[in-house]
Amino acid sequence: MADAAPAARPGQAMGFYTDTTVCIGCKACEVACKEWNQLPARNGGVNTLSGNSYDNTVKLDGTTWRHVAFVEQISEDRKDARWLMMSDVCKHCVRAGCLEVCPTNAIVRTEFDTVVIQSDTCNGCGMCIPACPFGVIDINPVSKTAQKCTLCYDRLKGGLEPACSKACPTDSIRFGPVAELRTMATARVEQLKAGGESRAALYGADEQMLGGLNSFYLLVDKPEVYGLPPDPKLPSRNLVTGSVSTVAGALLAALVALLHLRRRGTGTGDGGSGGR
Amino acid sequence: MPIDAPSSTWFTTAPDWGWLIVLYLFFGSLAGGTYFIAALIDLGGRREDRPLARLGYLAAIPLLLVSGALLLADLYRPDRFWHLFIENHTFRPMFKYWAPMSIGSWGVAVFGLFAGLSFLGALARQDGPPRRWTGRLRSPGVVGTMVTAFGAVLALYMAGYPGVLLSVTNRPVWADTPLLGMLFVISGVSLGAAFMLLLAWCFERTLPAVRSLDRMLPWLSLLEFIALVAVAVSLGAAIEAWLNGWGLLLVLGVVVLGMLVPLMLHRRAGPLDVRALALVPLLVLGGGLVLRAVIVLSSEAI
Repeated sequence: MADAAPAARPGQAMGFYTDTTVCIGCKACEVACKEWNQLPARNGGVNTLSGNSYDNTVKLDGTTWRHVAFVEQISEDRKDARWLMMSDVCKHCVRAGCLEVCPTNAIVRTEFDTVVIQSDTCNGCGMCIPACPFGVIDINPVSKTAQKCTLCYDRLKGGLEPACSKACPTDSIRFGPVAELRTMATARVEQLKAGGESRAALYGADEQMLGGLNSFYLLVDKPEVYGLPPDPKLPSRNLVTGSVSTVAGALLAALVALLHLRRRGTGTGDGGSGGR
Repeated sequence: MPIDAPSSTWFTTAPDWGWLIVLYLFFGSLAGGTYFIAALIDLGGRREDRPLARLGYLAAIPLLLVSGALLLADLYRPDRFWHLFIENHTFRPMFKYWAPMSIGSWGVAVFGLFAGLSFLGALARQDGPPRRWTGRLRSPGVVGTMVTAFGAVLALYMAGYPGVLLSVTNRPVWADTPLLGMLFVISGVSLGAAFMLLLAWCFERTLPAVRSLDRMLPWLSLLEFIALVAVAVSLGAAIEAWLNGWGLLLVLGVVVLGMLVPLMLHRRAGPLDVRALALVPLLVLGGGLVLRAVIVLSSEAI
């Protein structure tokens, strides 16, 4: 096991590096997250079994801020198989779609460059839910506000490591300054490639993806296999083109309306015998 | 989500926007479209058409209130709706010009103000010179004309902004095209024209403007059809979301019942046929509702 994670310093970007090759699917991270953040283990008292491998939380939502995905890959002749596991979480994007669209400033960027939803400000409009390119956020049925991973903001303020990475028994989840994590991850990719795993690649570690993901991953297959979008985008990409096309549509509709109201005196008929 | 998803939007979570939002979009567009048509008639300055414009102003406010109530009801914390306008920590005005829901909230509020002024103007005595200040809130006259003109622009905003709001997300269909605002605003004006025709039919108004609206409606439907085709083409691979029952509903409910049948009725009945005057607007209104339902719910279903 690695040395204890460094304490977070304000002004320094902190995040997670998740090495999926050493995840054993124990779900200690899920349990630690729920325990520390006092999130219900059962949804509305209902114990749901997905019937999908060992994955019963299925996805990230308002009460599951860590989710271990189980991906079973079995060849058609069933002679070869491998099991991919990945502990998924909010990516704390440098350019965050949720923060961009929130109409109440409930979503803020902290001094650790993480993205946090202030529950006392959120009015549950739901705008951040479809804006997140990763499907991370959802409504918490207890608070009736949008919620997601805070990267244990309260623990960071107290000089502690986030609960999930602290509980991870294989150091699949590493916590620390993002710059250091990237160096560590790059070295690990090289190590894996040297060992013959040519598919090893980092997801979200560089600035090409939404300015960089403060929680990034080492994957050994295509992102979509793990349930991650191959090409995540900011919601604001449609703002200018959407607004311009709307103005164009308004002008066209207004023109049609004006032309007909101006030429109302012409045409066939009796010139105004409408109605019942 | 499927590994071979047609777009990255397939990896996102639906916000659980259901019929409340569908009806909000419908009544919001209807309020905007109705006010816009009423304002155009009013600004046209034809005295005999003023009663029809008055009906439009009187209808726009209740429609707007219904849409506002639906939006409020859809908030998980409706007691905090004011956070859209005032920051709860600092008590400063809350406004983000790059966030469609923020500018939309303010836009709806300001449109409500102008529609309210026109509503008061419409309540005032209509014959002879105005005796109270409310009488000056309708054109002609500088104040009335300004209220009506600004209100008309805001009405178009009211009809179109929800389309932009949907596009500025990451959900399938909504975010896969930037043209939803264009479709919504054209459809909103079409809904407004249809509703004004219906009002004319209900209140037995026999006015020159009714003829204009009657002729205008098929052209607006044609424009809406072109916009709908443009949206479908711009979806690219994401059109997959409509290659099922939702697409069928779109074709049957919006194109056939909401556009083609009214056009055929219109052509067969001739101008200002009494039955067509009632049925054609009803079909157009139904098509507008189905359009919004398909756009919202087909994405929610993924």
